Amino acid sequence: MDQIVEYLLAALLVIGGLFAIVGSFGLLKLPTMMQRLHAPTKATTVGVGSALIASMSYFWYFEGTLSWHELMITLFLFLTAPITANFIAKAQLHRAINKEDLPPTGVGKEWATYDPEVTAVSPVLLNDRDPG
Amino acid sequence: MILNYALDFAFLCFGLGLAMNLYRIFRAPGVTDRILALDTMVINVLALLILYGIRTRSGVNFEAALLFAMTGFVSTVAYCKFVLRGDIIE
Repeated sequence: MDQIVEYLLAALLVIGGLFAIVGSFGLLKLPTMMQRLHAPTKATTVGVGSALIASMSYFWYFEGTLSWHELMITLFLFLTAPITANFIAKAQLHRAINKEDLPPTGVGKEWATYDPEVTAVSPVLLNDRDPG
Repeated sequence: MILNYALDFAFLCFGLGLAMNLYRIFRAPGVTDRILALDTMVINVLALLILYGIRTRSGVNFEAALLFAMTGFVSTVAYCKFVLRGDIIE
């Protein structure tokens, strides 16, 4: 039984390492910025999640202590990776990409990040245009 | 026994990824690439901390890893906000 668990953990670690190296290599090799954004935010996140699950199972099986820290770190990473990807894509849209080169949205409005209705809204506490 | 070899392999993979991110920070076509490389570096260092925790069989590193994840996320968002708006807290 120990042997089987050890092989499973080793497989998890190897898979995690391979995913991490694919993510970092994609950051070097892919041609455009929007494609490079995909590699670290998806592959590296899966890789580190795999390593975290391996760590949790290791401490649960071999040391007898089930710690929730790894699960919390995994959840946190999986929640924050799309947010950082969204922010970086937004910064790239405003810095290096022309508005005319983007594909049409298919609805009546233009892209939300260029929409003056959205970007010009002031914070709620400072909004004096609409009292009540 | 095989777990030690797998740990060595994972250390090697995450370390190589870290080196690639460092190269990307020095040679990048734009500032967004540097932000992305910094974010990936944080994730790779976090994985190295976790692997070190398995190697030394101690659970002290998990708080450090959790704090690392939080500061990495906040710093990436702050950097992006600074690039976008020229200010972090408006």
